[in-house]
Amino acid sequence: MIKAKPKPMEEIIDNVKGFSKLLIAGCDGCVTVCEAGGLKEAKVLAAALRLYFTQGGKQAQVDETSLTRQCEKEYLAQLSDRIDNYDAVVSLACGCGIQYLAEMYDKKVVFPGVDTCFLGVNEERGLYSERCQACGRCILAETGGICPIARCSKRMLNGPCGGSEGGKCEVNKDIPCGWELIYERLKTLGQLERFETPTVPKDWTTSRDGGPRKIVREDLRI
Amino acid sequence: MRLQYPPNVRIIEVPCSGKVDILHLLLAFEQGADGVIVVGCMEGDCHYLAGNLFAKKRVQRVKEILDQVGLGGERVGMYNLSSGMGPRFAEIIREMTQKIMELGPSPIRIAKGTAVRAAGEVAA
Repeated sequence: MIKAKPKPMEEIIDNVKGFSKLLIAGCDGCVTVCEAGGLKEAKVLAAALRLYFTQGGKQAQVDETSLTRQCEKEYLAQLSDRIDNYDAVVSLACGCGIQYLAEMYDKKVVFPGVDTCFLGVNEERGLYSERCQACGRCILAETGGICPIARCSKRMLNGPCGGSEGGKCEVNKDIPCGWELIYERLKTLGQLERFETPTVPKDWTTSRDGGPRKIVREDLRI
Repeated sequence: MRLQYPPNVRIIEVPCSGKVDILHLLLAFEQGADGVIVVGCMEGDCHYLAGNLFAKKRVQRVKEILDQVGLGGERVGMYNLSSGMGPRFAEIIREMTQKIMELGPSPIRIAKGTAVRAAGEVAA
């Protein structure tokens, strides 16, 4: 899932301090799971901003809501009858949701309330780590289900590199070496012979090298 | 024991301090509370294992929020007491009341016109 973290309050305040009618729009999708941008977080931010405005002696209206997903027009349309009541919107969705909201309501000022970080997993509550870089061509079948693109700091395809020591990455001793993980996993699976064949150069045309990407599924389109 | 403590305190009972949410604390300040303390069981003695530890983290988060929005994090606090520590409870209420008196009324109440600044106090 997409992982995000709340933006610093100072930054949000700096963005919205000139407005007096604000809507805090949460998203019930990925950002709710990592507790950065769901209805609860929208309520907390709205309450904090109300306190900020009131203590400064400014009359301001700060309301909160949450949409099922901000990355879909059908759900964003639920704001159409009331978005004009507000001067600006603080979206707590991921970068996709914030942009889609801004795109759909193009005359409305939209601010981000979270920093979108990566595609990751919940290791435990409050601990999320990266697992995928959405490169567009999955090679997990060859690497024992562990991605060297996301888990190796150098994105090496024929690792480990000389900086791997005691199973840790030279970038940071808290980072497990991705290729050490792959080696151990392939050993467990009895597939170490895969190391005998060098991996062919990866086709990066499916990654960001070709600019913004698109998936077109004619079988699904109406 | 019939202990005396300032009468300007409103006690809200909850089944466990872990029930207290960030939103409850922020709402109290929105409604004009000058200060709020959460009193939970002693650490390690929670009947629900970690309720008071959750409360501690939430109070810390609210402290940060209050600092960031200009109310001041010192208006909220967390204490851990057992049910046999009535005298300490009364003492804490006295201490907190004294601290709030020194801080003055919440800027929210001043802004809403339900309190006035103390003489000599300058608007932030």
